[in-house]
Parts: sequence; C-alpha cells; structure tokens
Amino acid sequence: MDSAVVSLLSAFVLSLIGLFAFMWSMRKGLFVENPKAAGTIFAPGEVGKADDPSLTPSGEARLQQAIDETQDKGRELQQAEDPQELEDRIEADRSTSFPAFMFIGFAVMWLVVGSLAGLTASLKLHWPDWLVGEAWETFGRMRTYHLTAVLYGWITNCELGIIVWLLPRLMRTPLRGPLFVMMGGALINVGIASAIGGFGAGWTAGMEYLEIPWQIGIFLVLGFVCIIIPVISTVVHRKAHEIYVSAWYHVGSLLWIALLFTVAKFPGAHYGVEQATMNWWYGHNVLGLWFTPAALGAIYYFLPKVIGRRVSSYNLSILGFWTLAFFYAQVGGHHLVGGPVPEWLITLSIVQSMMMIVPVAAFSVNMAGTMWGRMKLALYSPTLRFMMFGGFMYMLSSVQGSFEALRSVNRVAHFTHFTVAHAHLGAYGFVTMVLFGAVYFMLPRILRWEWPFPRLISWHFWLAAIGILIYFGPLTYGGWLQGLAMLDESRPFMDSVTLTIPYLYWRSIGGSMMVASHLIFAFHVLVMVLRFGPNRTGAALFNHEPRKLEVAHGK
Amino acid sequence: MENEVKLITGTMVTFTIAVAALVLIPYFQVRDIPAPDGLKPYTSAELRGREVYIANGCMYCHTQQPRDASFAPDAKRGWGRVSVPADYTYDRPHLLGSMRTGPDLFNIGVRQPSLDWNLGHLYQPRAYVKESIMPSYPYMFEVKDKADKDETVVNLPPGTAPEGKVVVAKPEALDLVKYLQSLKRNYPIVPADPQ
Repeated sequence: MDSAVVSLLSAFVLSLIGLFAFMWSMRKGLFVENPKAAGTIFAPGEVGKADDPSLTPSGEARLQQAIDETQDKGRELQQAEDPQELEDRIEADRSTSFPAFMFIGFAVMWLVVGSLAGLTASLKLHWPDWLVGEAWETFGRMRTYHLTAVLYGWITNCELGIIVWLLPRLMRTPLRGPLFVMMGGALINVGIASAIGGFGAGWTAGMEYLEIPWQIGIFLVLGFVCIIIPVISTVVHRKAHEIYVSAWYHVGSLLWIALLFTVAKFPGAHYGVEQATMNWWYGHNVLGLWFTPAALGAIYYFLPKVIGRRVSSYNLSILGFWTLAFFYAQVGGHHLVGGPVPEWLITLSIVQSMMMIVPVAAFSVNMAGTMWGRMKLALYSPTLRFMMFGGFMYMLSSVQGSFEALRSVNRVAHFTHFTVAHAHLGAYGFVTMVLFGAVYFMLPRILRWEWPFPRLISWHFWLAAIGILIYFGPLTYGGWLQGLAMLDESRPFMDSVTLTIPYLYWRSIGGSMMVASHLIFAFHVLVMVLRFGPNRTGAALFNHEPRKLEVAHGK
Repeated sequence: MENEVKLITGTMVTFTIAVAALVLIPYFQVRDIPAPDGLKPYTSAELRGREVYIANGCMYCHTQQPRDASFAPDAKRGWGRVSVPADYTYDRPHLLGSMRTGPDLFNIGVRQPSLDWNLGHLYQPRAYVKESIMPSYPYMFEVKDKADKDETVVNLPPGTAPEGKVVVAKPEALDLVKYLQSLKRNYPIVPADPQ
C-alpha cells in the first residue's frame, strides 16, 4: 500500500483512539483537580513550612520568612500536625538510610572518575598527541570510560538512591527488603566497574550507550530486578492513599530501564541496520525513559517540599507523565535522519520528537505556576537553586531537541559537536543539576549530620552552572559552523575540523570548571561522612521541631 | 490496587508500542534482504582488524553511512554512493557511527588502498594531514634498530621516525589496515532500497 495512505489511515485511527481516551477520562473525572493527591508529600501542618536540610537554622529561618511573605497567609497553616504521619516518615527514613547512602556514595565516586575521564577526552581533541603511549589512555577508550562512568555510575546510582529514599516516604511505609535493594546495588556497581576495566583492556560491545558487553550486562539486569521487586512491594503495601506523581515517574522509569537494557543487550538478536535503529531507540530512551523521568520525579517532590507549597496542578503532572511515556519512547529514530533506514521510521520519530513539546509544556506550566511570585526563594535555598536550574534546562534542552529532530536542522547539526553540546545540556544542565540538589537535601537526613561548609554548596553551584553554560554555548555554535562547512561542497573537509579547534578549547575550559565543582562536592560529601565540622541541629528531619527528632533517634 | 495496575500496564503498553515501532518492524523489514553480490563476508584477518577498530573507539569519530546527494555532498567528497541496508548484512555490531570529527570511512579502502599510507597514518596522522586531530597510535608499532626478516617496516615520510631507527607494525596494526582496506562498497546496488 502507498505509504501516504497508510499514514493518513493510521492518523485517523489514532485520533479516534484519542477521542475515546478523552471521553473516558472525562467520565472518570480525571480533569477535576486533585489537591489531596498533590498534598501527599506534606504531613498536616507542613504546608507553608520551609524544608531544606542543606541550610543552617538561620538560613532556614530566612527562607521561612521569605516564604511567609509570599504565602496566602492563614489558609493552609491552620491544619493540625499529625504525629502518626511524622512517625511514619521517620520510620521510612530509617529503613532507607543505609541503601540510599550506598547508592549516593557510589554515585559520587563514579562522578569524579567519569568527569576526569571526560575532561581528559576533551583535552585530547585539541592535543591529539597527548597520552597516546598506551592503549588504555587513548581518546576512544577515555570517552567510553566517561560515558559509562557518568551515565551508569553517576546518574543511575544517584537516581536509584533518590528512588529508594523517596518512595518509602511517599508511600508512608518502611522499605521492603532493603537487603535485596543493597544486593541489587552491589551487582550493578560490580557490573559498572568490570565494564570500565574491560574497556581499558579493549573489551567493548562497540555501540554508543551500549558499550557494556552483554556478559557484564547480566549483572546490571539482575541488579535492577533485585531493586524492582522490593520497590513494587513497597508500593503495594503503602499506607498513603494516593500514589504521588513522583512515584509514578520513579516506578515507571525503573521498569523501563530494566526492559530497555534487556531488549538492547539480548545476545545475538541484533545486527546490521536493525541494530542501528535499536541502538538509537535505546540511546534516546535511556535518556527519555530513565534519566528524565527519574529526575522529573525528583523535581516534583523536592521543589514543592522546599517551599512548602503544593504543586499547582496535579492533573497536569500526570498528563505530563503519560505523554512523556508515549511520545518519548519513539523519538530515537531521528538520530538516523539521512541514514540507511526506512523513511517511515524517521518520519515517525520526528513527529514524536515534536510531540514532546506537550509533556515539556505540561511540566513547565506546572512549575511556573508553583513558583510564580516565589522565584526569589532560590536565593535562600541551595536545593531549590539546583532544582530550578535543572527544571529550566529541561525545558530548554527538550525544546532544542524537538527542533533538532527536524530534517532541515538535523541536516546541519547531525554528526557534529552540536549534538554533543545538546546531550550535555540534557544530561548535565538538567539531570545532573537536579541530582545535586536532591543529594544536598537527602544526605543530611540520611547521615543525620549537617553539611559542614555551606559556602562550598554555593561554590559547587556556580562553578557547575557557569561551567555547563561555557561548555554548551561555544560548542553549540562551533558545531553548527562545523555542520555548515561539511555541507558546503566547495570547502575541503579539513575546514570543518580546523574551525572547531577554538570551540574545543572552550569546551575544555567549561569542562574543567565542572570537574572542579565535582571535586568540591566529593570533598564536601567525604568530610560529612567522616563527621567533620559543626553538628548544629543533630538529626534534621523537621528542622522546625528538632526535639521531636532527637527523641525519635534515641538521643 | 487500581493505580498500581494502571501504572504497570500503562508503562508496559507505551513501552511495547515503542519496541514494535523502532525495533521489531525494522527487524522484519530488513532481515530478508539478501547481501549484494559484490559484498563479501569479512575474512578472519579483517574481522580481527574490525575488533581493533571497535576496541579503540574509531566509530566515535568516523561514520560509515554516506548520505544521499540531495542531502549532503558526501559523494562529492569521494565517500561513495548513499548506503543501503543490504550493505551492512555482515556487520555485527553495526558501526554506522554518529560523529564526523573525521571523514566517513565507508569506502576508505577505495580512497586509500596503500598499506604504507594506512600504517604511517596510524603511526602519526599529522605526518600526512598537518592539521589532523586524530590521535596517533604508537602502541600498535614497535621502534627498533633493525627489523627482523618477517616484520613489516613502515615507510614513513622523512623526519617522522625516530633518528636512526625503524618502525615496524605489530599484528593489530596490520589487521586494522586489512579491515580498512576491505571497506569498499563500490559494487552496484539493484534494486536500491526497501522504502
């Protein structure tokens, strides 16, 4: 059949299904706002209260004062506190403190390793004869260590830490089977370490994002299974009435990454061109169905929690979840625009890439509504600053990504450093910054100790934020010029190489700032783990009532 | 329980649609396309060379997918005709690549058939292309006073080899060059592709 007829017919069928889905959700009352669900993250009495464990008591008082100035006074503050709910949360935190600490510890270690490898790879692009004496230190391997260490080592571990810590809080019940979770974490990290050792020795599966050989991949899949089962069990045994939106994102993303990895690494199943489409289906979905939803789920919890205010529209956040699940899963094909693959597949991916504007808009409108008139609170809270920066970069990188998928843009941007810059905007500007914010919130609760040197948090933020912008800006511009030079048949290919050199230097400068910020961060975490510095309020579960906590933790 | 069921079934349905669209249908569409007559399976030396190519991450900087003339001037740069799915029948894993930090290598065997050029270029790319940013791969070679009888001496441009020494290629360099030389997809394609 003619492909035009097929696409028209399928568009017709799809719109019919959409219409029925719309009618069904009207009947189910899904468009009626649901403030109760949005309030799941607060115990009674908590709405309107500042909550940022990364702050000193005086810093928190300033944040509280700033919140009070913007609050619709009186309305929400009058609820009574419910001691049972606070008890539940203390129980939940106690059950997760060790597993969550384990994931965050591994994550910080891999962040340092991975970003040092990334900086080395970046420097090698303009110093090609530097460190070439041994096979393990060349560009092709440094880049592989970098990708695996930051994507699997840092982002994956840190997101698992957030999920494991947050889910029992949201479900108001202790984590089920924490030993399984820790075994899963051990398997995953053994896998990552063996994979990186393997790359050094030249053992790689040779596909971007899928370099980990399938024999090692088994460790990762088993590890995910060990984590998924306790997580689902915790959800099923929950005391909370609603499943808060963060948990939708988190449980969904856990199921997706386990399946994605299993399908992609299935031995012997893929070859040739089909393997290339699978490679990009995976490559984009590991971002879209794992890194992104887990980070978005974190924003949906931490941002409202810090400012003590419900997310402005709960339904919009759920709409964001389902549209992301549907559209994002199919965008990978746009990486093969102009490549030797069926044209319909590329068109499908481009359409879905544009449709990604829907979940992005749902998120952005929702966050803007929640933060409206409260932007200045970022001045007072480090967690909030990281979260807001990340949320804004999510919007920016997704919109950029949608347009980048268009054939006209892709023709220039494809195969150039433009794409590299875009990937870093998403994985660093958005995901990593959100993860930093989450760690600053979680660790004081997990370790029951305060951040010893609050000023280092500011150093970390500004070095990382300015670093990624220096990285992104020049590399995007240089990549675009590179693409134009490649398309201009009157210019020799070498022009497209030489013109990028100054931009590659800028990339290394931005990268050095990011690495410096990570060293500060890792140092700060280490100092905190070793319990240096002042212990100002002890276990900081609810800073406005430290006494309750001391009782709970037997002080 | 309603929410749990919704969550798990919903995520699975969206996931399955994506697998069907981006993995399964392409699989059924291309699996029965026969290899073109002109395309030969790799020899064992070429396959060993391919492993060296993969282990050293060559695909991070080089693509193997020339684009159509209406899309990009790839053919005019000498990179060959647009590639079709059948060209990749023997490729496990695929090496299509995603960056052109360096040129496309789909037909490098046609453009640079010389053993000396390829070995020398791996030893020191800047001896051939002054502004190249490709890494040099000295660990694939050995610098000696005198080559043994069965060793391959690399004929380098003047001033590239250390004074008074010879550079001989290790087996991995020879295999890699065999693989690069085998990259010749200049056979005719009839019928073009399955679109």
